[in-house]
Amino acid sequence: MKRTTLAASAALALVWSAQANAQANELTLCWAAWDPANALVELSKDFEAQSGIKMNFEFIPWPNFADRMLNELNSGGQLCDLLIGDSQWIGGGAENGHYIKLNDFFDAEGISMDDFAPATVYAYSTWPKGTPNYYALPAMGDANGWFYRKDWFGREDIQAAYKEATGQDLREPQSQKELLQIAQFFQGREIDGQTVYGASIFTERGSEGITMGATGAMYAWGFKYENTPGQYDMEGAVNSSAAVEGLEFYKELYKTGTPPGYDNAYMEQSLDAFKSGQVAMAMNWFAFFPGLYADPTVGGDKIDFFVNPAQNVAASTLGGQGISVVSYTDNMDGALAYIKWFAQPDVQQKWWASGGYSCHKAVLEDPNFVNSAPFAGDFLEAMGGVQDFWQEPAYASLLIAMQERLHNYVVADQGTAQEALDGLIADWTEVFEDEGKL
Amino acid sequence: MTNPIDIAAKATPAPVARRVRGLSDRAIAWIFVTPTIFLLLAINIFPLIWTVRLSFTNYAANRPGREVEWVGLRNYTRILTDAGTWENMQTTAHFLIWTIVLQVVIGFTLAWLINRKFKGNDLLTTLIVIPMMLSPAVVGNFWTFLYQPQIGLFNYVVELVTGTPASSFSMLGPGGLAKWSIIIVDTWMWTPFVMLICLAGLRSIPDYIYEAAEVDRASKWRQFWTITVPMVLPFLMLAVLFRGIENFKMFDMVVLLTGGGPGNETLLASIDLKREAFEKWRTGYSSAYAIILFVTVFGLASIYVKALNKVKER
Repeated sequence: MKRTTLAASAALALVWSAQANAQANELTLCWAAWDPANALVELSKDFEAQSGIKMNFEFIPWPNFADRMLNELNSGGQLCDLLIGDSQWIGGGAENGHYIKLNDFFDAEGISMDDFAPATVYAYSTWPKGTPNYYALPAMGDANGWFYRKDWFGREDIQAAYKEATGQDLREPQSQKELLQIAQFFQGREIDGQTVYGASIFTERGSEGITMGATGAMYAWGFKYENTPGQYDMEGAVNSSAAVEGLEFYKELYKTGTPPGYDNAYMEQSLDAFKSGQVAMAMNWFAFFPGLYADPTVGGDKIDFFVNPAQNVAASTLGGQGISVVSYTDNMDGALAYIKWFAQPDVQQKWWASGGYSCHKAVLEDPNFVNSAPFAGDFLEAMGGVQDFWQEPAYASLLIAMQERLHNYVVADQGTAQEALDGLIADWTEVFEDEGKL
Repeated sequence: MTNPIDIAAKATPAPVARRVRGLSDRAIAWIFVTPTIFLLLAINIFPLIWTVRLSFTNYAANRPGREVEWVGLRNYTRILTDAGTWENMQTTAHFLIWTIVLQVVIGFTLAWLINRKFKGNDLLTTLIVIPMMLSPAVVGNFWTFLYQPQIGLFNYVVELVTGTPASSFSMLGPGGLAKWSIIIVDTWMWTPFVMLICLAGLRSIPDYIYEAAEVDRASKWRQFWTITVPMVLPFLMLAVLFRGIENFKMFDMVVLLTGGGPGNETLLASIDLKREAFEKWRTGYSSAYAIILFVTVFGLASIYVKALNKVKER
């Protein structure tokens, strides 16, 4: 009996030890499930070959990404060793101890944040904002941009009809108002026997969709979160006349220039509308542009891209993420080794070539970069004027409030833009009071 | 022939048998009941008490380092004085009342029709109950497609019947139709459940009661109101109780269909609670919210169960 117990214990210990060793040689990287994630899987094979560490990936569909990952972090879960988390999570990640501060590691390994585009370092890595406290390495630059049916824009009959209707030439919109005019021109038009519409835009209610879409217009009009950065003085900034005008514009675009039924649309629906030939223009993140360009139906010479048009200000909504080491990892050395590997200029070059958006200056400042893809120049231009949502630890409450206010006004026709933004200030004030910041 | 109990008794090891022999019936009963009580305490009662405690604090589950303050009744006051809460409650009540009314009327009618003997009765019953066997996630997703203004079958049928262009209205979009859309889907899915319960009630009515009524020359109409309805009523009330509790906590299907929108048009209390608890991470506030909902459901269900018992006693 004793001998059997001893043998069983030894076997158990052996299994446990083998499992522990296996874990030490594995890393799990968590991110959203989208095109660039697939590119990263391919890229990471080089890391596996060099380091002998096996890479596992946990990719969550976008609508559930924040819920799933923030739950994971808040419960101290060990699912992810590395997390490519949204830029807005950086405050919570840093203050709640979910992310490792990387300054000492960067110093020891000679990784300089000066090698990355300043806008991406500011947005993806620092907390408090703009201070040299780094909690992530800029991993995936992104912004909200536009794409359109170049083949339709180039047709003589459509150009003539546009000229007749507006007195102007049909071209890539140079302002938000011109974008609206083009969308309204295409709305309900018959092209090749099919009824088409102006543009597909973000109106989604559940996660972040309508905020990411509407702020694109509001930033372009001059919307600001605070009068003085860091002071939370929102009155006159959030509800400025420019912000109100920008929001009214977005509602008009939604009401008069989008396909029917697109009242809860985000990335996927925008792509669907464009790929199915329903719309002349669409907004979406630059991350999808390589896939769109390669699309056999609407890609290639049928598509072109443009940066979010300015109205009063040249500005685009920031997307993109930094890569962070999760403090609950049981393979810290492996996770840091991955960051070190990923920060190398040649890996960053390969990252861009395979479909990811590098933030490294070695890539972005390469003279050939602008011509390396039809959207590369637009990407550079957009990243020069990106603006991001609050990155506060309470960002989720702030985002939900904005989602609700914007959706109620834009989609559900409740109240005025002024009332929506005044109400938003009241909601945000309550959140910041709860946080002890007001 | 040997008694199986004797066989089992003989198979019991002697030390165990000695110990068990000394236990009273009451003690044995406690031994059996204790694990259940322990489980109930651990997974039901303790979390409930803990939630009550949290509801008086500003605790946030995503801020482990933050000092937890006792805020007294502040969370409850905020919730009960928030106009948004009452709007959500009204939305929930609208959904609850209309789904129950429609499901009871249609479910009872279907049961009454199915209860007649005709060829293909079993096949028809099976076909009717299919919707309730589907997952709410599946139902939510495919009704989203059915409601799509450009390609959806629902809008197409409406156009065919009324002549209203399919792409001119959106069942899940603005225009006031969204709250009816979720009622239609829930009614489609759960009417078969009410029908089955009603069918059980109808089939439990002995034939001789109808035969006696026939002898007394009672009309079919009178038989229906004085025999069928009263005897099926306890079953019907049970179905209403089940559906009422289920729909008060309705979440998945509506989230998939509308996400609570457009605006807050279909924002049920349960969806709002989830947002407060797991998106905004206001754990203390959402605990108070959960307690308020719990008390509401528990109170209404208790009153209803008393009424049900009275009906049964008649």
